[in-house]
Amino acid sequence: MTTTLYELGHLDALEAEAVHVLREVAAEFERPVLLFSGGKDSIVMLHLAEKAFWPGRIPFPVMHVDTGHNFPEVIEYRDRRVAEAGVQLIVASVQESIDKGRVREQKGPRASRNPLQTVTLLDAIEEHGFDAAFGGARRDEEKARAKERVFSFRDEFGQWDPKNQRPELWALYNGRHHRGEHIRVFPLSNWTELDIWQYIGREGIELPSIYFAHRRRLVLRDGMLLWPSDHVPLLEGEEPFEATVRYRTVGDTTCTGAVESAARTVDDIVEEVAATRITERGATRADDRASEAAMEDRKREGYF
Amino acid sequence: MEMLRFATAGSVDDGKSTLIGRLLHDTKSIFSDQLEAVERTSAQRGDEYTNLALLTDGLRAEREQGITIDVAYRYFATPKRKFIVADTPGHIQYTRNMVTGASTANAALILVDARKGLVEQSRRHAFLASLLRVPHLVLCVNKMDLVDYDQGVFDAIATEFRHFAAKLDVGDLTVIPVSALAGDNVVGRSANLPWYEGSSLLHHLEELHIASDRNLIDARFPVQYVVRPQSSAHHDYRGYAGQVAGGVLKPGDDVVVLPSGLPSRIAAIETKDGPVAEAFPPMSVTIRLEDEIDVSRGDMVCRPHNQPAVSQDVEAMVCWLHEEPMRPGGKYAIKHTTRSARAMVKDLRYRLDVNTLHRDEGTAALALNEIGRLQLRVTAPLFTDPYRVNRTTGSFILVDEATNATVGAGMIL
Repeated sequence: MTTTLYELGHLDALEAEAVHVLREVAAEFERPVLLFSGGKDSIVMLHLAEKAFWPGRIPFPVMHVDTGHNFPEVIEYRDRRVAEAGVQLIVASVQESIDKGRVREQKGPRASRNPLQTVTLLDAIEEHGFDAAFGGARRDEEKARAKERVFSFRDEFGQWDPKNQRPELWALYNGRHHRGEHIRVFPLSNWTELDIWQYIGREGIELPSIYFAHRRRLVLRDGMLLWPSDHVPLLEGEEPFEATVRYRTVGDTTCTGAVESAARTVDDIVEEVAATRITERGATRADDRASEAAMEDRKREGYF
Repeated sequence: MEMLRFATAGSVDDGKSTLIGRLLHDTKSIFSDQLEAVERTSAQRGDEYTNLALLTDGLRAEREQGITIDVAYRYFATPKRKFIVADTPGHIQYTRNMVTGASTANAALILVDARKGLVEQSRRHAFLASLLRVPHLVLCVNKMDLVDYDQGVFDAIATEFRHFAAKLDVGDLTVIPVSALAGDNVVGRSANLPWYEGSSLLHHLEELHIASDRNLIDARFPVQYVVRPQSSAHHDYRGYAGQVAGGVLKPGDDVVVLPSGLPSRIAAIETKDGPVAEAFPPMSVTIRLEDEIDVSRGDMVCRPHNQPAVSQDVEAMVCWLHEEPMRPGGKYAIKHTTRSARAMVKDLRYRLDVNTLHRDEGTAALALNEIGRLQLRVTAPLFTDPYRVNRTTGSFILVDEATNATVGAGMIL
């Protein structure tokens, strides 16, 4: 007699839930798209999409909302990974939105294109007629996100109304919408940063090299370690220095900070994340520091 | 590591946020920048102590009004388990929020203030947890420090609650004396409660036996997506992807596919990582059948001698979730497993008073947060089990066809 316990570990349970969500969208929507930044969460999402439709191909394109202020390692990874998965890559460019006059670039040394991404993203969703967009956001990231649904309704202006969300029961997702409206879908809602890293380790998922400890020329600005470049010019009195760092999140170079770390492998990082006392966004994202409700305000307007 | 989902419910000021804050804090799941932000906001508002509720109340409107308006999901882990907490507000939209949080929960945590004892809301929360078939119920008698850790106070509340719970369908009930503020019995056993011989709350949640809560008897596989690669490498491949809703499926099993009733046999159960010997809930897999039969999304794979009910007529308890009331004759979109159809309300049999459990017959409508028994006629047959037998094949949602709002949550009888 066999004694199978029929138990699923937490990573298997999270994977099964995410795969279910990915399939549900592919079955119910006409034109889904997967938002892919080359960050670890979107990389895990792409990995899960490959599993969901195997041995078939992923039945939707991926889209990168590109501020133009990228880490070259991430763009190299993005192009290689997308080719390997055999999916179409759409690049929605913030620079084009600026050139077309859809948005105006901020001025000054602390200017960021982060808020401009929302317009580029919503324009691209409209232009391509996407009715569902997968995002890699997790509820543990930020308190406004803790209340977001797996299927998150957006009106014809791309807006999120946190006080008027659809109740979400069991695994019965309501994706119904009118023309011009769309649904943001978050298959990783119930994952934590530690779950993501444990899963990356277990699955042997390759990541852009900047997630691991490396030597980098940096500058300390507003408590963040920024990488000076054409997009992050040195301010008067700033002295760049070299340090061993890694990135906990990957975003626009103007607002994504590095953290000091000697973690060179996924195992090192799992250990580091398990012991860390600061949220990944608090540690590394200038865009979330604007105010207590910075994320909620941006999300209402249609941000990721 | 297993995952356990629990929903918390309480009434105003019974210390629920403090309890969750305590669990997060003592399991080192609160980050220092989060705590600092809460301390800052607390100080600005002039709160006497660090208001841990601010950890969970994330929206601007919640902070401004000092209330919780929506279910918030929180995460923490111990070396034994990963926990997902659905934190449901006790006062506004309590039914809608609690029903949402409880729908996926393995356990429900109900809090009462030891000084006040059971209040109307405690009974209501217990009833909703039993209606949603949450397998494990935990009553936390909080603020024991304010009643001098008196065993008599605790025993009286526990006894009264057990009497009430006996009238409900509660599978497993545990009552624990705690003080969330002082940390008694939350994470570790407390020396202040020497007469209490049970586990601390966290230890209890770590040890709850949840493996038997799933239905591993009745094989149910709702087809979610048909995988047809149509590539040269997989020219004739046809796989049926879905999440197992019940039972255990194995290659070689004789099956029938509903609604056609055509028989076949499972040729293989596959994932990208390789073949699977046994698939059980909640695994997401792809099944191949030995015969080429017509199978599409919304169909159900089950065993020939163990089939769900196949019917267009459904009797269910429905919780109404929308301001616009439900009236007999109303037509809605219905989603049940992977099947979507339309449903008409033939009859509102009765409305259930959640405080007295009294059946109110002859009522004309079901308003927001009310629960009633409905008879529905569906445009296509559904493949259902009673909700008490299977929470996946026994549940559905109703959607307003004009506004697309989710308006009803149904549990099939």
